[in-house]
Amino acid sequence: MQITVSVNGTDYTRVIEPRLLLIHFIRDELRLTGTHWGCDTSNCGACVVWLDEKPVKSCTVLAAMADGRRVLTVEGMASSGGRLDPVQQGFTQCHGLQCGFCTPGMMLTARWLLNHNPDPSDEVIREALSGQICRCTGYENIVRSVRWAAKHEAGGDQS
Amino acid sequence: MSKSEKTETSIIYKASYGSVPRKEDARFVRGKGTFVDDIALPGMLCGAVLRSPLAHARILSIDTAAAAAHPMVEAVITGEDLAERGMAWMPTLSADVQAVLATDKVRFQGQEVAFVVARDRYSARDALELINVEYEPLPVLIDAQTALDADAPIIRDDLASRTDNKIFDWAAGDKEATDLVFEQADVVIAQEMLYPRSHPAPLETCGAVADLDEITGKLTIWLTTQAPHAHRTMYAMITGLPEHKIRVISPDIGGGFGNKVPIYPGYLCAIVGTLVTGKPVKWVEDRSENLMSTSFARDYHMRGEIAATKDGQILAVRARVLADHGAFNGAAQPTKFPAGFFHMFTGSYDLRAAYCEVTGVYTNKAPGGVAYSCSFRITEAVYLVERMVDLLARELGADPAELRMRNLLRPEQFPYTCPTGLEYDSGDYPKALAVAMDIAGYAELREEQASKRERGEYMGIGVSFFTEGVGAGPKHLMDILGLGMNDGADLRVHPTGKAVLAISCQTQGQGHETTFAQIVASELGLSPDDVEVVHGDTDRTPFGLGTYGSRSTAVSGAAAAVVARKVRERAKLVAAAMLEVSAEDLEWADGAWRVKGDPEQARGIAEIAMAAHSGLDLGDGVEGHLDAMTVYDPPNLTFPFGAYICVTDVDPGTGQVTVRRFIAVDDCGVRINPMIVDGQVHRGLADGVGMALMQIIAFDEHGNCLGGSLMDYLLPTSVECPSPELGATVTPSPHHPIGAKGIGESATVGSPAAVVNSVIDALAPFGVKHADMPLTPAAVWCAIQGRPLRSDLALR
Repeated sequence: MQITVSVNGTDYTRVIEPRLLLIHFIRDELRLTGTHWGCDTSNCGACVVWLDEKPVKSCTVLAAMADGRRVLTVEGMASSGGRLDPVQQGFTQCHGLQCGFCTPGMMLTARWLLNHNPDPSDEVIREALSGQICRCTGYENIVRSVRWAAKHEAGGDQS
Repeated sequence: MSKSEKTETSIIYKASYGSVPRKEDARFVRGKGTFVDDIALPGMLCGAVLRSPLAHARILSIDTAAAAAHPMVEAVITGEDLAERGMAWMPTLSADVQAVLATDKVRFQGQEVAFVVARDRYSARDALELINVEYEPLPVLIDAQTALDADAPIIRDDLASRTDNKIFDWAAGDKEATDLVFEQADVVIAQEMLYPRSHPAPLETCGAVADLDEITGKLTIWLTTQAPHAHRTMYAMITGLPEHKIRVISPDIGGGFGNKVPIYPGYLCAIVGTLVTGKPVKWVEDRSENLMSTSFARDYHMRGEIAATKDGQILAVRARVLADHGAFNGAAQPTKFPAGFFHMFTGSYDLRAAYCEVTGVYTNKAPGGVAYSCSFRITEAVYLVERMVDLLARELGADPAELRMRNLLRPEQFPYTCPTGLEYDSGDYPKALAVAMDIAGYAELREEQASKRERGEYMGIGVSFFTEGVGAGPKHLMDILGLGMNDGADLRVHPTGKAVLAISCQTQGQGHETTFAQIVASELGLSPDDVEVVHGDTDRTPFGLGTYGSRSTAVSGAAAAVVARKVRERAKLVAAAMLEVSAEDLEWADGAWRVKGDPEQARGIAEIAMAAHSGLDLGDGVEGHLDAMTVYDPPNLTFPFGAYICVTDVDPGTGQVTVRRFIAVDDCGVRINPMIVDGQVHRGLADGVGMALMQIIAFDEHGNCLGGSLMDYLLPTSVECPSPELGATVTPSPHHPIGAKGIGESATVGSPAAVVNSVIDALAPFGVKHADMPLTPAAVWCAIQGRPLRSDLALR
């Protein structure tokens, strides 16, 4: 079947097998490898992307379901001029990543959270990220990274 | 410029240790890392492994005709095909053999049986369904405690000499002396305990891309390995390909924790796939394959005994261990230490004697045994001794922190040779415990606990103290398959003073590209930005044994410092020529070579590098470059230590445990990048929460793995992990060039005991003295009822 998906603002039309998962469409067909695959069972969240306005686990979404819709991946987080999203900056400033494998999914969920709650408590941040697994950080510095982003967005800090 | 003209421009030195952001992050936050599954080569094929559904069965026949006829399939490989190449079996890192693809029988659920190579991922999986294997089921041995029974099924009948399931007997310490202390002691306590089977479960599973260049004969393998050089040597030995025609590239690695040290059948299948098809072959396992077939951790059935005086002086510890190694002995550890460094169960205390016996056995479970940030089994050792100390405190009615404080080794006892023979290099243990108790507000916590108990609320305060021995290791003592555990380092300084350090170890998230640059920068008076770190490519880096057992900083970090000092000494000769003085008249200070007594007369590395490559007459025998290489043979292990305090709240109605606070005071010697050190500790504390409360790979009576997905094998998330409270003391290692010790596994080693001690402390009013991990709500509830669960088996 043929689908057209807008990924990070660019339309891609491809002929695919109906069973193709969105994660494999993004990684293997479009070669956007920043989105990772980690479990098969929707537990780890390494594959989180946005489908339209919501984070989804792309290992549990068929590519066909994304036909005519918009996908945002980590590669689309920075501005077109290359300026990093405050969430990306926060992860760098606060040592919010070690191996980097969970990071894209964590950052995309954090971005969604801050869009809906610009000043979340630590508890709210932890709840928002609780569907995703990080094996390196123990989550503490991820929470700090999200808080850093919230603070710098709120303060309008453009540095 | 005349030789003596003073230049002021390039002598820029700033102390380069400190919490600088990581160089690695720039690519990862943009989604531009390169993990093995991100590799795509023209014409690349995809492989998939057919695995055994049974834990123990004879293979009667394998019919691959339908799979081979699949239009997208390029090859189907069985054990018989491998046998023709002499590759049906491979050596393990413990000098056992393991089936690459089973030829005679399968010995654990998930064992590799056949390999399909197809044109895409999905077709390879489809073709697996078309392979028909006829099995004759055999009796299954799952319980290690029955492995040595006379009627136990013999698992390793492939080994001609094997008439039972015993792998090894091993002992350390002085049995007679220990028995004597026990006989004469006022108080002796014994406890059976299980450190259950666990799995490191890095978020990236294991995989490989193998690509044979048929013209040059060169095999390139992108591999999820923590030890690229050791793997290259092994592949040369297994395949018969010459070692210089094998290049192992370990690109970005999505976490390892020990899981990515061994050689797995899938890696060899990918290699055979490219040898057979002449095209690149990718194999990446799925999560269930990772959990069910790759290297597990722990599975130690332990009996601990502790002897003490009635007023609380600990005298001796004794341990008897049954070690479940699964179907093949694939433990990755120094050859002469079949139980790893378990004999560090003497812990952090001033003992008169200690003795342990360890027996390793085969079972119908996945192979492995040393993985998951355990510092070669020190995790199990620390758990044993720290549980025993808490049991002693309970028996004596003593406070567990005070009992520890009384018995900890004193600073003046270092270097200290423990009763089983290891020499601890340095430490100030009472100080670390005091700092932890201070951060925790220990006395107030005990008061809070007492008042809560009066109200029928159950909070626990768990203390643990640990000593690790890391940085394996001295060549005369430690090797893996005959390869000494030393690390090379190669440092090149370009004419403009920018440097490239090539190291043999391999980061899986530890930040080597940053910290190793900081080490070199500090030695040479450069900025870390001026030092590029190359790693993970055997064609571009010197030989070394890899990253595990917290050995990167302890061994490769030492090599980096030593090679930088060699560069510095070479630079001294050039500086002498530049300044027209004798080399003896120079001293290294503030990041430059300076004339003694006239420190303004100085030359920094950048200008020295340019001069070295210039036409300047450097004097007889002085080569015109600053490059150097070294191989570092550590004189001893390094011995990080720490004190942890965990505060839990337990709901006796549901058995639910909540970790309220986690205090960790680590002493890893000199800290190169404290931010990264803290990050390592954070991870290990999460491991402690996971292992103590959630994670287990259990089995049913048929040998079915009950932890084969992340729906069953529960990893801690952001809501289970507390916000850690960290402290630090710094006791430099006296023998490490920069005084560092290593931190990668400390918290995983030290924290599970703190969590368990905390939960058992909470349950004291119910008379609970011990319960095995993981302390799930069901396990806690059963312990309260006085019916502790055996956690590792789903047996009736």
